[in-house]
Amino acid sequence: MSDLLQFLFSGLTVGAVYALLALGFTIIFNASDVVNFAQGEFVMLGGMGTVFGIAAGLPVPLAALAAIMGTAFLGVALNKLAIEPARGAPVVSVIIITIGAAIFIQGAASVLFDKQIHRYPGFSGERALHFGGATLLPQSLWVMSGAAMIFVALWVFFTRSLTGKAMLATSNNRLAAALVGINTRYIMTLSFGLSAAIGAFAGVLVTPITMTAYNVGIGLALSGFAAAMLGGLGNPVGALVGGLLLGILEALTAGYISSQYKDAVAFILIILLLFFMPQGLFGSKHAERV
Amino acid sequence: MKTKTILAATLAMFGLAAMDANAQIRIGASLAETGPAGALGDPEAKTLRLMVEQINQDGGILGEQIQLVLYDDGGDPNNARTFATRLVEHDGVVAIIGGTTTGTSMAILAVAEEEEIPFISVAGGIEIIDPVRPFTFKTPHTDHMACQKIFEDMQERGISRVGMISGTDGFGASMRNQCLGVAGDFGIEIVADERYAPGDADMVPQLTNIRNTAGLEAVLNPGFGSGPAIVTRNYRQLGIELPFYQSHGVAGQSYIDLSGAENAEGVRVPGTALLVADRLADDDPQRDVVIAYRDAYVGRFNEPVSTFGGYAHDAMAILVDAIIRNGDPNPDPRDLRDAIEATSGLVGTTGTYTFSDSDHLGLDLSAFRLLEIRDGIWVEVEQP
Repeated sequence: MSDLLQFLFSGLTVGAVYALLALGFTIIFNASDVVNFAQGEFVMLGGMGTVFGIAAGLPVPLAALAAIMGTAFLGVALNKLAIEPARGAPVVSVIIITIGAAIFIQGAASVLFDKQIHRYPGFSGERALHFGGATLLPQSLWVMSGAAMIFVALWVFFTRSLTGKAMLATSNNRLAAALVGINTRYIMTLSFGLSAAIGAFAGVLVTPITMTAYNVGIGLALSGFAAAMLGGLGNPVGALVGGLLLGILEALTAGYISSQYKDAVAFILIILLLFFMPQGLFGSKHAERV
Repeated sequence: MKTKTILAATLAMFGLAAMDANAQIRIGASLAETGPAGALGDPEAKTLRLMVEQINQDGGILGEQIQLVLYDDGGDPNNARTFATRLVEHDGVVAIIGGTTTGTSMAILAVAEEEEIPFISVAGGIEIIDPVRPFTFKTPHTDHMACQKIFEDMQERGISRVGMISGTDGFGASMRNQCLGVAGDFGIEIVADERYAPGDADMVPQLTNIRNTAGLEAVLNPGFGSGPAIVTRNYRQLGIELPFYQSHGVAGQSYIDLSGAENAEGVRVPGTALLVADRLADDDPQRDVVIAYRDAYVGRFNEPVSTFGGYAHDAMAILVDAIIRNGDPNPDPRDLRDAIEATSGLVGTTGTYTFSDSDHLGLDLSAFRLLEIRDGIWVEVEQP
């Protein structure tokens, strides 16, 4: 019984990391139907920025804030310099541009920072907490509450705020949105800035658990993307549930079936699910958007 | 206009001539300065540049300056093959150092063997020198030897039932196979065999299963990169008290920093003298070499030395020694090969190299030192 609890804790820890990554995809996807594969690089920049901020003598909160602001600025620059000039290009082309941007950011980070693996201590110490015979690191709680916080903020943003609704409108039909007076160019810029900030925030929280290096971005983006697909792209609920579910699936497979095939088992289940529910667990039917 | 062109051409000719006079001995290198193996290739490339600079400042070898022609293959075997060909055919090098990964080394050695140019690899895989090929040598120990060193120590401590948790990356997978192969020779039974993927953030489920294995006496984690540090943290999180062994893939200060000194306390690793430079005995044969390299590297790049830079250091040291013994500032590659194979008792940072026609690695188990982490630093374990 304590083993099951331990596996669940482990799954929730990893799942919360995935959920944070998946939440980062939500905004840009909602604004433009583009899956931004540079999202993982934002997470990397959040972590690396904080590492180097701390090394430069900044206190942790300030280093984290600087990393988040810097990454948000980079997100805006990415939109202005790479995405906006390709306005009118098909979604697939824009996705390929984001992959190019990811490779560029990774290369630049290897020169600007370094090629070593880094980490900083968890925010509430490193002593494991004990619950019913199982253990959990306090940083896991930080990641879980961070995921919950971003989730609530996104939910409110998309359902309650005018800007959030304008973003959804832009995604549904850019021309129609522009006709009713939405500044679609501003919406795109905003979506990249916000996504980058969320990614960097995720990086700040997960680095004590996952560690960071200039080249972790692509792997993180793929895990987060898989979680987002499982839950349904564009829906904050989907990102949260998809992430946690994927983490728990992996942990239970590693615990009870085979650690060698844990990724394979998790992804076979995802493929099966998407086969029957192509929109993911909580994804909106595309028909509703027409 | 015309005068300018002539002037430029003359200058260019002078430039070429000057370069030739300054760079009589050309040494080629193809390393993964960037890409997935960048963390290994970067210190290797820095080490080669540093050594060439030092040698040239001291007047070169045999009265000639060395010119290093270094390409960044990004860890891609296709690039490595292209660069190796260019080094031989275009740059006219006398020997090649390189191949950060086993994959790129295999690509370079194919070119080196065909063109009959000596090649010293800095990658770990045993297949580079087994079977022995005439022109290919290598400096790092093999994972096969790391397994032997670890099991030797376990045997001395009376441990026979071992749980293994390995990375699924190339390094972890290869070492896992080697360890499974030699465990029997040391009376050791692998009672648990778990795996994790390189990017994984948490290995608690695997370690929970290992902990629950009946009669477990020790745990071994062959892995590289962030994985071993996460395994170490999870190991302490679960409160496992059994002896814990890591592979030579973690041998660097960064492993202790990433794991946290209190978590890494008591972990044993087969490592090199480089990690315990300050604590080597005064009469240790490697002491001078190791400290000289460490001080030069840290002084120049302001970052800690790594075992990988040490492999490149040894490759260059072997090559320079062979060129000097061969005595020809414009060596024929075949003569140079014979000189490298005749290397005997050359002290490097990794160990003392003695090549022969049947051994192109030149190290034995004594090159590995069994290290333990105590109070956040590497300490050599006293062996009977």
